[in-house]
Amino acid sequence: MGDIAKLIGKRLGLGLVILLIISIIIFFMVELLPGDVAQAVLGQGATPENLAAMRKQMGLDQPAVVRYFGWLAGALTLDFGNSIVTGKAVMSIIGERFMNTLFLASYAAVIAVPISIILGVIVALLRNSIFDRVANVVTLTSISSPEFFLAYILILYFSIKWGMFPSNAKISDGMSFADLLWRTFLPALTLVLVVVAHMMRMTRASIIALLASPYIEMARLKGTPPWKVIVKHALPNAWAPIINVVALNLAYLITGVVLVEVVFVYPGIGQALVDAVSKRDFPVVQASCLIFAATYILLNLAADVGAILTNPRLRHPK
Amino acid sequence: MTKKKDVLLKIRNLRIEGYSNEHWVDIIKGVDLTLHRGEVMGLIGESGAGKSTIGAGAMGYARDGTRISEGSSVEFDGMELTTATESERRALRGNRIAYVAQSAAASFNPAHKIIDQHTEAPLHYRLQKRMEAQEDAMQLYEKLRLPHPHEIGFRYPHQVSGGQLQRAMTAMAMSCRPDLIIFDEPTTALDVTTQIEVLAAIRDIVDEYNTAAIYITHDLAVVAQMADTIKVLLKGEEVEEAPTEEMLDNPKEDYTKSLWAVRSFESPQRQRPKGEVPLISLQHIDAAYTAGPKILDDVSFDIYAGMTVAVVGESGSGKSTAARVITGLLPPQKGEVLFKGEPFTPDYRNRTKDELRQCQMIYQSADTSLNPKVRISEIIGRPAQFYSGLKGAALKNRVDELLDLIELEPALYYNRYPPELSGGQKQRIGIARALAAEPTFIICDEVTSALDQLVAEGILRLLDRLQNELNLAYMFITHDLATVRSIADEVVVMQQGKVVEQGPKDEMFQPPHHPYTDLLLSSVPEMDPNWLTTLLEERGVDNVGDAAAAKIAT
Amino acid sequence: MSLFVIGYYTLILAASCLAAYFNKRSAFLLLFSLTLVSFVLGIIGGVGALKFVVVVAGLIALSAMVSYAFREFLITLSPTGVAKELRTAPLTAAFGMFVIFTYAIAGIFAPLIAPHGEAAVISGAFAPADENMLLGADQLGRDMFSRLVFGARNSVGLALTATLMAFFLGATAGLLAAVKGGWFDQAMGRFADVIMSIPSLIFALLMLSIFGPTIPVIIVAVAIIYAPRVFRLTRAVAGNVVVMDYIEAAKLRGEGTGYLIRREVLPNSMAPLIAEFGLEFCFVFLLVAGLSFLGLGIQPPTADWGSMVRENATLISFGDITPLIPAAAIALLTVGVNFVVDWMLHRSSGLKE
Repeated sequence: MGDIAKLIGKRLGLGLVILLIISIIIFFMVELLPGDVAQAVLGQGATPENLAAMRKQMGLDQPAVVRYFGWLAGALTLDFGNSIVTGKAVMSIIGERFMNTLFLASYAAVIAVPISIILGVIVALLRNSIFDRVANVVTLTSISSPEFFLAYILILYFSIKWGMFPSNAKISDGMSFADLLWRTFLPALTLVLVVVAHMMRMTRASIIALLASPYIEMARLKGTPPWKVIVKHALPNAWAPIINVVALNLAYLITGVVLVEVVFVYPGIGQALVDAVSKRDFPVVQASCLIFAATYILLNLAADVGAILTNPRLRHPK
Repeated sequence: MTKKKDVLLKIRNLRIEGYSNEHWVDIIKGVDLTLHRGEVMGLIGESGAGKSTIGAGAMGYARDGTRISEGSSVEFDGMELTTATESERRALRGNRIAYVAQSAAASFNPAHKIIDQHTEAPLHYRLQKRMEAQEDAMQLYEKLRLPHPHEIGFRYPHQVSGGQLQRAMTAMAMSCRPDLIIFDEPTTALDVTTQIEVLAAIRDIVDEYNTAAIYITHDLAVVAQMADTIKVLLKGEEVEEAPTEEMLDNPKEDYTKSLWAVRSFESPQRQRPKGEVPLISLQHIDAAYTAGPKILDDVSFDIYAGMTVAVVGESGSGKSTAARVITGLLPPQKGEVLFKGEPFTPDYRNRTKDELRQCQMIYQSADTSLNPKVRISEIIGRPAQFYSGLKGAALKNRVDELLDLIELEPALYYNRYPPELSGGQKQRIGIARALAAEPTFIICDEVTSALDQLVAEGILRLLDRLQNELNLAYMFITHDLATVRSIADEVVVMQQGKVVEQGPKDEMFQPPHHPYTDLLLSSVPEMDPNWLTTLLEERGVDNVGDAAAAKIAT
Repeated sequence: MSLFVIGYYTLILAASCLAAYFNKRSAFLLLFSLTLVSFVLGIIGGVGALKFVVVVAGLIALSAMVSYAFREFLITLSPTGVAKELRTAPLTAAFGMFVIFTYAIAGIFAPLIAPHGEAAVISGAFAPADENMLLGADQLGRDMFSRLVFGARNSVGLALTATLMAFFLGATAGLLAAVKGGWFDQAMGRFADVIMSIPSLIFALLMLSIFGPTIPVIIVAVAIIYAPRVFRLTRAVAGNVVVMDYIEAAKLRGEGTGYLIRREVLPNSMAPLIAEFGLEFCFVFLLVAGLSFLGLGIQPPTADWGSMVRENATLISFGDITPLIPAAAIALLTVGVNFVVDWMLHRSSGLKE
């Protein structure tokens, strides 16, 4: 067991280091601005007095390294400072929105993960059949379409022509859970369509790679019935690739959500980010980017840890 | 012995097709095979001959991407497998027909304990209760001379060594006491000393339970030990079949004769020139890959101009690493390489063009040693251009001259690409590339082991002729003693990074030896069908393979 | 029951039976599944749904014919070596090539093809289609069709330039890392790890927010985001080549890094790299389209498909599909490239076996 703990510890440490480097990139990239943040915010016409006041307010009179550590320390306690556009605390703008985004992403994931894994395994078992080929073309088409294309098609049919679901995914606190699911159905479905296609293809590829291993042939040649070959011989070794596929696609969901939120006017962190980018509200942009990156890294980390934990060679060291 | 006359497996006109490039092509083109109870048949042929496909076909099994054609017949103990339902066929597998795969490490499921995989078939067929099956497994492990038979089964496959795993797989095949076992190259991936143990174990157990077997291999000497009859295959067709003794003594077909051809070629042994400095001299070399254990430990040997030194040893003995030290790919940690008495720059990146030119290499696999996307003219011409600055007509003349030297018609080969050539031709191109640099010393890394006997002999003759004409020194890395006999002047034996013994060839083939040399020499299978029996009588079953090697190492 | 419905089921059942009779197993499976699906569809969606199926089937048949003809066309035109390769292309790949070909023509000859100028206001906002305007006008009264044609040049051109740059950076670094190894390889690998652990869209937004959404910034940002991915793949592909003995032989001969890459490694890694180029192009194209859609891509009045969708999105709520056309144009090209890449990947993996 010692080896596994060591491996996982190493992997966690690596994740932490990468996160730290990314925080550095996110913070110091703003420093690359021609002029400085205050100049960029106030524009060319700003008076020197205004600039000086702004710099003072943003703490720009201190060296960048000092500000970085201040920012990082704040980030650890979820305090990302104040927005330079509205003056409100960044966390008050994106905190709740992040929860909304998580809700939407989980909604999509709960539908997408089981469907795509089951379909992926079925297609892998039926490989090279006509169904496999049709599935290949359909999934390729789906992953080739921009999210907003799928989203508008869904709006056009489900909302405008058939009036089944609202095109505007506004949510508020007092809503019942069923109402919530109904209102956010179309954005979730858009995400599901894209992610299912990705996930199915990856699942298919990893299952096919697995079924080609000599020990699967050996099991067949021992007279093991097909269902038992899958359950007893393939499945215990399939966890690692499947966990990987799921984590990768959850990570994909996290970014796909940005476009979908904009199309459906869903109050999530993605929309806030896009908004902040066009208004050049740097503290909000930095905070959202860090949150997205952290989530992404966390998911990849979870996948790697999952792969390590389910690897029989590591579970039973020599 | 009357039982032996019962026909167990009757294959008639077996044709198997494989799917490639959107077409079905015949891999097996109508093979017949008759196997009696308790009989062991050896299937032999080069890679691509379809041996393994026939082995699977004998179980009524077609691998992914292949199918058994209509009109084929596989009759096992009176039951036609090609028309049987899948579940009928499946009911035979593991139960009455079992299979032993080439790579045991890949064929055991890493997620389950060995014994659980062993007992899967008996439990599935309800032949035994779990405890009985485990008890039986342990007995089989003991019979197959596995160490710690009572606990080894409770380990996971990756916790057990290759040779042991191969025996465990044989035990697994035996778990239902089948009538027939298909052995698909079971010892190919193993070292010679380990191979012996597995061969001995397989032979005993097959004898004891009077199991019929199909033994698939490309190694003639191995099949001679194991089989009652031998069937020779070439490109999906049968060449001939005969009882082992007859096949060895009196093969009928030309192809078989070429396989059987004993190395008739033997280069006269040269003696070290007196009073000369050695061309290459390794002086107390220690070497290791970054932060790894020592691969070479105080290795010293000399190679004189115009002479051939064969370096023999098993995988992990450090013979290839020694070559890497000389070429400069792996600078030594301690000690140095001398070239004509002067220190040879340790790292190839710091060597001058002239130093690089002196020492050339010929590789085992011509497939990976020639760039498939480059014309022959450039492969051979590049070193000439690079070192001697030849251009235009002079370069073309030089390439023609080199092609002549390796006995290939220049006009025919000049503009071709490596994938269009046969294995022997590719190897010749590899030699020409080495010669193009005008070296004094060539390292030959297992150059003949991927080739047929006859082709290999042609290459050896060519190398010997070139050596005499150009006064080349060779370092021959090999595990094949026949090659050593035919071309070496001196022999260096290595084990676990150390030189165990070295000396002139004639001395090395005469006792007394260092015990490891003795073990190595005696472990290489010979064509004599009684070789294994005699060897086991001489040495005793517990004094071969890993056990014996371990004794020497301590 | 209308004649159409009767005809529909008769035809599809007859086709299934014929396929079964002539032992065309996969055609039968497909047709018969379609029959079963049609029963359900007919009950739920009525005649409309069945008509939809017919239209889709017709479209598929039409594109299949176009693809077939286009493949034959290419085979006739190309030299024998290439023609032999082309013969192995499935219809989907031929379709992809046809799409790429059409887009290339539209992009290159945009000013000749488009009836109106890129930014010319010629009528009222959202004017419907007439004989002058094939697809009507956009929110400022500019001709949709003309803007669509110019969009082919702008949107695809931008994505292509960005991909080329990402590829140049990534592939060079990958080849160098594979051949040189050592600390350079390690450092580049770590660097790629870090860049790749920031989601691509987020990273792009970060850079655009700082440097502003101009074309050079978009190109550089995309190149920085995708170069590590290209690096990873090139490193892996070249890594398989570098272990070959012929590379060792060339190294021992004293060849320089340039020769090794150019003559030894590159010719043996070309096929997967070309396929990867197509794949990366798709990702970049979708990313750039997403950015434009968010208003952070090519700025008006330059025609660009992503922003065209956004600008005309309000039409959707009136049930008008015009805004979907540029989106469909994006999807079609990506699908086409993916089909071609799929075939290439299949071929190069098939050769290995």
